[in-house]
Amino acid sequence: MAEESLLTDEFLRRLINVGEVDILVGLPTHNNAKTIGPIVQKTQMGILRGFPRERAVIVNVDGGSRDGTPELITGVSIGDARPIPNLYALRTMHAISTRYGSTPASGVALRTILAAAELLRAKACVVLSAESPNMEPDWLPKLLNPIYREDFDLVTPTYRRHKFEGLLISNLLYPMTRALYGFRIREAAPPEFGFSGRFGSQFLAQNGWADGSDGGGIQLYFTLAAIAGKCRICQCFLGEKSRVERHAADLVPALRQTAGVLFSTLGPEYGVWSAVEGSEPVPTTGAEAEVLLDPVRINRKRLRDMFAAGVAELESIFQSILSPATQTELQRIAHQGEEEFRYPAELWVKTVYEFAASYHKSVISRDHIVQALAPLFRGRAFTFLIENRHASADKVETDIEALCVEFERLKPYLLELWKAKE
Amino acid sequence: MREMIFSELSQALHEMARGFAHLLPRLIVMLILVLLGWAIAYAAKVALRSILRLLKFDKLSQNAGASQLLSTAALPSATEMLSRFVFWVAWVGFILLGVSVLGILGLQEQIAKVFLFLPRLFVAMFIMFFGLLAASFFSRAALLAAVNANIPSPRVLSLAVRSIIVVFVLSVVFEELGLAEQTMLVAFGIAFGALMLGLAIAFGMGGRDLARRFLMEKIVREHKPESEDELSPL
Repeated sequence: MAEESLLTDEFLRRLINVGEVDILVGLPTHNNAKTIGPIVQKTQMGILRGFPRERAVIVNVDGGSRDGTPELITGVSIGDARPIPNLYALRTMHAISTRYGSTPASGVALRTILAAAELLRAKACVVLSAESPNMEPDWLPKLLNPIYREDFDLVTPTYRRHKFEGLLISNLLYPMTRALYGFRIREAAPPEFGFSGRFGSQFLAQNGWADGSDGGGIQLYFTLAAIAGKCRICQCFLGEKSRVERHAADLVPALRQTAGVLFSTLGPEYGVWSAVEGSEPVPTTGAEAEVLLDPVRINRKRLRDMFAAGVAELESIFQSILSPATQTELQRIAHQGEEEFRYPAELWVKTVYEFAASYHKSVISRDHIVQALAPLFRGRAFTFLIENRHASADKVETDIEALCVEFERLKPYLLELWKAKE
Repeated sequence: MREMIFSELSQALHEMARGFAHLLPRLIVMLILVLLGWAIAYAAKVALRSILRLLKFDKLSQNAGASQLLSTAALPSATEMLSRFVFWVAWVGFILLGVSVLGILGLQEQIAKVFLFLPRLFVAMFIMFFGLLAASFFSRAALLAAVNANIPSPRVLSLAVRSIIVVFVLSVVFEELGLAEQTMLVAFGIAFGALMLGLAIAFGMGGRDLARRFLMEKIVREHKPESEDELSPL
């Protein structure tokens, strides 16, 4: 009950009215009126199908919506979720809402959900994204069953994605997390995931919570905490991940939430990751990943140009972060033409590891280090696009696997840098 | 006659001896102060050097861009410079204290002025150091933001940010030191005004389309056409 102070009196009163529950569905929102209605209906349908006898609650934590999102959630009738006959709720299904602030903050949102789950003694919890319009009712049992019936602590999803979607995950987050912590978790920072009430309380009680895990990238902190805490983790295949359009400028926030968070955990978790060798698969229900091959138009030239401009303009910054050999090699490939340009896996891995070591050492402002990675990532993304332009799904997976192996092979290089930096 | 000369001479010698006898203790006190001051200043230097090394002051100074300036001027590291500065300030302080003990009229007033100036010198150095640190930080932030937003000539933007901050910091430092306040104020006004005017003209002439697009997006909320490379990184 450590986090009661986080909850408003009104929200506490509503939670007390709900009483103890078996299943808690957390739904963080911010101006999601367009998509939230179907998501809540499908959530209710999923609970009715998978957990008709269990006590369940939907907890909406809102970051200051001005389009009536919370009202839409609490206003959805249970009758709306029963288009199929023979689907009856044997228990009352509650839907309550609270507003934690006037601006969205994923850390505070998750913290509120965890506090509510602890207060209601929820056995199994799931967090859903309000930006997944293609969510299906069966996502609920897929994410909750391993927790509720098989005693897992964390369930992360895998998706069917386009081969060029989520390049930051396939080229950095997945291979590096896997090499460092030894678990092949495809989506370490998932928008939707399931967790046990036990692990939720454990995470909530962690001392380091206030030290940086309150901002973006909280999902990655959550996954890494589960790994470090030796919790039971599994994956489940959910289906197609809807494409969220992002401007090119969104790469920096995405890097902060992935590379920034991963780098920041390396110092405190040195004892955990430094002892890990190789990697092992985690139990997975369904496909580990599926790849879509639809043709898409991508301005590759812009990626390469931004890489070359970054290498030239940020030379003084890279001098503080990268080794002279890596910098020389980057300058060499920056001058290559579009056809012969290649940012090889080994150089990319060394680049990322040198960034991680420099982040730990704080050679310059840590946020600046993460920002400086953006143009280099564009270069790597360009190479991935070129190499897999006509590739089949298997070839794409083979390439990602080869990169993961490279990250694992060069892990001693990171340890060497780490010790040298110390 | 001869007796008178001897008498005057012996009186003069007596007075000189008396004067010297009066001065000697003060001279000894001065020498003690100078020697003691040297020992204290040296101890302060060693202690400060250790503390600064412990605090990794050289790295901070490197981030501020001060280390590059020092190395260009073939000067020692920032830690060494600051330690030596404190040594000399402390020792000169003791020397001046010793000189004031001698009670030489006119000199004491000047010594008091020097002592009154020291705190201002320290404050000016403090402002200068943190000003350079801020200039380095914000110019780097501008450079990274410009590169990641694909803005042309990011180094020019970064240099402009650094120059504005450095000019501002220098004007504050000179004002703190009380050196040519009026001249510095006018010079700062001219430099800052010229810089702003230059930027305004550059933006107006060269960035008309950019400004129009920016204002259209902000005010009219013109829908930006979807570009073809907007793949989600996550």
